Amino acid sequence: MALLEVSDLTMHYRTRSGWVQAVERVNLSLDRGAAIGLVGESGCGKTSLAMSLLKLLPSNAQIKEGQILFDGNDLVPLTEDQMRRYRWERISMVFQAAMNSLNPVYTVRDQIVEAIQYHMPMRYEEAWSRVAKLFEFVGLDPGVMNQYPHEYSGGMKQRAVIAMALACDPDIIIADEPTTALDVIVQDRILKRMDEIRSELNMAMIYISHDIAVIAEVSDRIGVMYAGKMMEMADVVTIFQKPLHPYTFALMSAFPSVRGEKHELVELPGEPPDLISPPKGCRFHPRCPQATAVCSEKAPEFTEVEPGHFCACWNPRSK
Amino acid sequence: MPDTVTATDALIKVDNLSKYYPLASGLFSRVRHYIHAVEGVSFAADAGEVIGLAGESGCGKTTTGKLLLRLIAPTNGYIYFNGIDVARIPSGGKLKAYRRQVQMIFQDPYESMNPRKTLYDIIAEPLAVHKIGNIVGREQVVADSLARVGLVPPETFMFRYPHELSGGQRQRVAIARAIGIKPRFIVADEPTSMLDVSIRTGVMKLLLELRQEYNLAMLYITHDLAVARYMCERLAIMYLGRMVELGPTEEVLQNPLHPYTKALISAVPVPDPTFKREAIPIKGSISRPVDPPSYCRFYPRCPVATDYCRENKHPPLEDKGDGHYVACYNV
Amino acid sequence: MVDTASQQVDRAAMRRERWRLFTRTLRDNWRLFVGSKIGPIGLGIVIFFVLFSASYPIFMAVTHNPRIYDPVTGFDYDLMPTSNPHPPTWSHPLGTDVYGRDILSQLMYSSGHDLLLGLIAAGAGVLLATLVGSIAAFYGGIVDMFFMRVADIMMLFPFLATLVALSALMNVSLLMLAIFLAILTGFGTTSIILRSQALQVKVKPFVEAARVSGGSNFHIIWSHIVPNVLPLSFLYMMFSVTGAIFTEAALAFLGFLNVRMSLGIIIQNANTSGYLIGTRLATYWYMWLPAGAVISLICAGFYFVGRGLDEVVNPRLRER
Ligand SMILES: Nc1ncnc2c1ncn2[C@@H]1O[C@H](COP(=O)(O)OP(=O)(O)OP(=O)(O)O)[C@@H](O)[C@H]1O
Ligand SMILES: Nc1ncnc2c1ncn2[C@@H]1O[C@H](COP(=O)(O)OP(=O)(O)OP(=O)(O)O)[C@@H](O)[C@H]1O
Ligand code: SF4
Ligand SMILES: [Mg+2]
Ligand SMILES: [Mg+2]
Repeated sequence: MALLEVSDLTMHYRTRSGWVQAVERVNLSLDRGAAIGLVGESGCGKTSLAMSLLKLLPSNAQIKEGQILFDGNDLVPLTEDQMRRYRWERISMVFQAAMNSLNPVYTVRDQIVEAIQYHMPMRYEEAWSRVAKLFEFVGLDPGVMNQYPHEYSGGMKQRAVIAMALACDPDIIIADEPTTALDVIVQDRILKRMDEIRSELNMAMIYISHDIAVIAEVSDRIGVMYAGKMMEMADVVTIFQKPLHPYTFALMSAFPSVRGEKHELVELPGEPPDLISPPKGCRFHPRCPQATAVCSEKAPEFTEVEPGHFCACWNPRSK
Repeated sequence: MPDTVTATDALIKVDNLSKYYPLASGLFSRVRHYIHAVEGVSFAADAGEVIGLAGESGCGKTTTGKLLLRLIAPTNGYIYFNGIDVARIPSGGKLKAYRRQVQMIFQDPYESMNPRKTLYDIIAEPLAVHKIGNIVGREQVVADSLARVGLVPPETFMFRYPHELSGGQRQRVAIARAIGIKPRFIVADEPTSMLDVSIRTGVMKLLLELRQEYNLAMLYITHDLAVARYMCERLAIMYLGRMVELGPTEEVLQNPLHPYTKALISAVPVPDPTFKREAIPIKGSISRPVDPPSYCRFYPRCPVATDYCRENKHPPLEDKGDGHYVACYNV
Repeated sequence: MVDTASQQVDRAAMRRERWRLFTRTLRDNWRLFVGSKIGPIGLGIVIFFVLFSASYPIFMAVTHNPRIYDPVTGFDYDLMPTSNPHPPTWSHPLGTDVYGRDILSQLMYSSGHDLLLGLIAAGAGVLLATLVGSIAAFYGGIVDMFFMRVADIMMLFPFLATLVALSALMNVSLLMLAIFLAILTGFGTTSIILRSQALQVKVKPFVEAARVSGGSNFHIIWSHIVPNVLPLSFLYMMFSVTGAIFTEAALAFLGFLNVRMSLGIIIQNANTSGYLIGTRLATYWYMWLPAGAVISLICAGFYFVGRGLDEVVNPRLRER
């Protein structure tokens, strides 16, 4: 039994112009100590999926169906109060752009202490020394912990935010675009440290990014999302070397690399659909070079094509 | 400055360009501090050439681009456009004449267009300002530009507002605006960094096609070295306001000579799980160039620094063969 | 890629498209305005009073005898030569004032003038404020400093004292009051608010894009900064109308205005002739209540319209 087992998770947002189908029948499973990477373009529902896992949703969001089995318990029917025991302590999250949402009027230490005390009754001094340990752990000098966020560089803030996520020794950390706003050298260091932390603590990770190069380096398995749906999922090497889904292939072909042979970049025509009225059938069919009649009629199932290799496509590229 | 860096018949040639910003100082403090945002930058671009400008955030890429367009006035140095120094021309007729030949494409496709104007107004603005053609002629130019960047049929786009378009479409409009007056030089400041992968490629290709078509010179600013690889003939790397390396793109990326460039390239993740890149670590982190010392800007972080680096001025950009310039004493 | 050979544009089709998209924008904004609920109510009130005051000349010319119904000199000898003020009757639906003048026709006459006063004061004031704010924000430095100091002076201006002094020296007409208020808002508070809006617009990349395109300062202010400040200006204009009408009422009530008839004067007349005291307040309700209600309603109307426009101008509340 995997640590986290998500099946057919569907989450929609209610808006004035209709329901935004942001997460549609998504399946994934995550083992203890493993790392999954979720890639996809802006607005494809990566953050929405992550927030659904924690059930940290805005009031206009609704989980329509599906199961989130954590350690065998379904989180979907739990109340807000019951969820609190899981959030942070079992599953925690580094939010997208969290480093910009640190409160400028409190020291970083106080903000982390507050987060710790909220979940674990602990004296201030105790929590404080815990913060110092966490700082060392993520590679920050504990001497800077009672400075204010504006005195931190971007990389330091991001490390502090990661320290906050680690505060209660969670089993899973979800990192939503943890390095997107950072320069490559800083990004490299932080990703390395996160990878080390994962193996040191045997923690499971869900990385979210629009950058497949970043995902390729830190994850064991990759899930490719498009327009609210999981299109393909397999281990890293398979995804890169034998992608089955045409969208995965298009994403790879459009992605430039500084190393290796300089292949021609292939353009994918069109734009991602509006999730209020997504295309019927396969949501990718209007842009798909391999689409056939059935694609615009019926949505393909997300099935295990080979052991460990899942794909939702009527015409996978080649088996 | 070795004159060889800057070919003499180049369309645009920059010589020893610097920009210092005064730092807001305390009310009673007498010392003035300066950010040396750009210092001693020299290069040249021929017509039809794309020069890439890469480096970490705050290294002075945007400042360089804006200096070239005279959006800000340089503290020092020269900018020759077609042999004429435009660094110090007064605002007015001459500057306006210069601006007829240059254009800029901005990073943010959401903020670079007036939300209260239609696409027609936006694209026709340079034409109207320079009084090119009459209204009928401008409509034709706008329609052609829109068609050229792939927004067809143009009639259905012309009178829309920017917020009715997607990010990729807006960036195409920005390009349409830039090519309308047929400029000879374009500064593109991270034009694709806010676009998704699947849309980005189209915009990159479009820029390259237009470069061919109009024989445009372009300064392509990016922090993404992989994108630079596809866009530029030559690539310049900046560090804290200084140009540390300049050369043919492939050469700079595959065979970097400057210790900073080496570290920078080694940190770029590679979209290939079988590729094990060997990271070259450098110590410390980037700071701001406030009243920097005169020795090499990279000295405090450099893994190969020697005492010589500290005792001498910032190393000059020198040719190490085949137009590969490096500013480092220990190459 | 698209064929680059330029095709002749179909100008008629273009014109149609422009019109279609323009009306669609209008429709979208109207929908937002209506969606605010409070906006259309305000607009209804404002339209009612515009019609109400516009029908005054017709009312005078067609139906009734100006000698009887003139708001200032009228007097109804036949009906009530002796007992004025007189409570409502069929021929005087809102009664007559202490001099025997018809209150309804006073209201119709005055609300027109007050509307005009409000619109002129607010319109001119906000237009001025838009220009001042945009110019101050755009040029910054010494220009900005100058206008902001002027704004400080306007805010600290002993407005009432000046008007008292002025009314002693000369006849302060409604138009003068309007100009006075326009200058006060134009260089004062509103200009500070609009300046901060202009400051936000000024740093947007599209301003830089206009500069790259060779646009002059005038071009940038006029076609980029002002259009982006204008919606907010319009909003403030609605609120300024309210302020102007209230000011008129207050000043007229205190007797500082030299105006033959206005909403404030109606109440002032009731006051000076001693009808606003004790139980007479209730007995002679028709002498002050209708005028007070008209003032409140007009002000509420413009305020509601402003709140409705807020929904259109500030997309903060907008959902997809
Ligand atoms: N609170 C909300 N109300 C309504 N729609 C929403 C809300 N939050 C997100 N959406 C919509 O849901 C879809 C998925 O959004 P989400 O933020 O999950 O995407 P994402 O993959 O994380 O994108 P990005 O890479 O830009 O962060 C988008 O179409 C978005 O517009
Ligand atoms: N108007 C200004 N006043 C003062 N300092 C400035 C100004 N503009 C830029 N700087 C400083 O000059 C330096 C270079 O900035 P610049 O915007 O050119 O960097 P950049 O390479 O474009 O960075 P990014 O990748 O983040 O866009 C930075 O340290 C910045 O803080
Ligand atoms: S000049 Fe010296 S300090 Fe500077 S980069 Fe080269 S080796 Fe390092
Ligand atoms: Mg997201
Ligand atoms: Mg920049």
